[in-house]
Amino acid sequence: MDLIGLFLLAFNATLINNYVLHYFVGICAYIGVSKRIEMAFGMGCAVTFVMGVAAMLSWSAIYFLLQPGAPLTSFIFKTIHPGSDSVVNLSVLNSIVSIFVIASSVQLVEMYIRKFFPALYKAFGVYLPLITTNCAILFACIEIMKHVGKNAVEPWGLDKALLLAISAGMGFTLAIVLMAGIREDLENADVPAPLQGPGITLITAGIFAMAFMGFTGIDRGLAVLFGR
Amino acid sequence: MSKENPTALERFIWGIIPENPIFRQVLGTCPALAVSTDIKAALTMTCATAFVLICANTIISLIRHLLKPHLRIVVFVLTIASFVTIVDYLLAAFYYSMSLQLGPYVPLIIVNCIIICRCEVCASKQSVGVAISDAIGQSLGFGLALVSMASFREILGSGTWCGFRIMPDSWPNWVLMLLPPGAFFVFGFLIGAVNWFTSLKKNKSS
Repeated sequence: MDLIGLFLLAFNATLINNYVLHYFVGICAYIGVSKRIEMAFGMGCAVTFVMGVAAMLSWSAIYFLLQPGAPLTSFIFKTIHPGSDSVVNLSVLNSIVSIFVIASSVQLVEMYIRKFFPALYKAFGVYLPLITTNCAILFACIEIMKHVGKNAVEPWGLDKALLLAISAGMGFTLAIVLMAGIREDLENADVPAPLQGPGITLITAGIFAMAFMGFTGIDRGLAVLFGR
Repeated sequence: MSKENPTALERFIWGIIPENPIFRQVLGTCPALAVSTDIKAALTMTCATAFVLICANTIISLIRHLLKPHLRIVVFVLTIASFVTIVDYLLAAFYYSMSLQLGPYVPLIIVNCIIICRCEVCASKQSVGVAISDAIGQSLGFGLALVSMASFREILGSGTWCGFRIMPDSWPNWVLMLLPPGAFFVFGFLIGAVNWFTSLKKNKSS
């Protein structure tokens, strides 16, 4: 087990390249659901969970079905055309299959939350089905897509894919809970009228992003520290 | 601005300023923040999004009588995803350097809230002509927002506009504007400015 590599990957995804503050994905939910800390935390957990499920499913789909020469599709192709030596490549379907997997996992989470946490379900309202269109989840899937298969520069196993998804989700939760904490206090502040709402939230996010830039380069330092 | 069935022209005009997808509805913020470092990237992104938006709106409007209420979001997303795949491969084939620069943000058009919102609000209710003009108007609004953000960021951050040097040579490039915090600041202040102008207009008319 390459524990140090895994640790660096998780650290990188959570803090250095935070999905919200570095890649700007998931901003809609970040602005929409960051008014109360409990809601923000619930949203963060839901997104993390969906991200984990979607990452596992889409890794499996790409590995077994879609990558060039994937085992399952090759088997089917060989059964239909015995003796043919062309390579089956379905990678054109990558994004479509990923978004389909995400939509199904969101449906699952929605049913689960409606059954077991009705209060939270009401509080989320329209933002729960909107997790489907949360860019952060598809972004994680695209990131994993690049690292699956024999042609990838640095092929990842299922462990790394899952770890990336969970730590990216934790980074999202961290960012949204921090922002909710600020916004609860911001309600008492005298913000100029045009900036109220999204304006001041984005400017606050800018200051957060500046703070998170402080993590840049730490991964290289840690890698040196661990002797790599 | 809440009529039952707006006409094509109204839809077209609303998209540009009064219901600008980025500044007024605060949708599709992800590409607005991520690819507004320079004008060329912003324009390419606008064209890609406009293509997907127009095609998706047309298709959804054509099949709107066949949609089942509980399955419509899935149909929207799969339609959009097909067109995004087309754009992704076209861009990689004909403009490879830009495809590399935009990277994962091209497939991310699938989850651009603007497109799903337009399919839901307009295309699944109105005829093809209205849907197309709505898509064009919204794309223009999206492009306007992206280009204005990119202008600020490129001029302040690297002293050029669309690749031409316009700031004096003594201008110290304000690199922060090209980094993530700059995107958030420019976007926040632009939303503030648009809100301010709108409130000024309202005060004048009343």
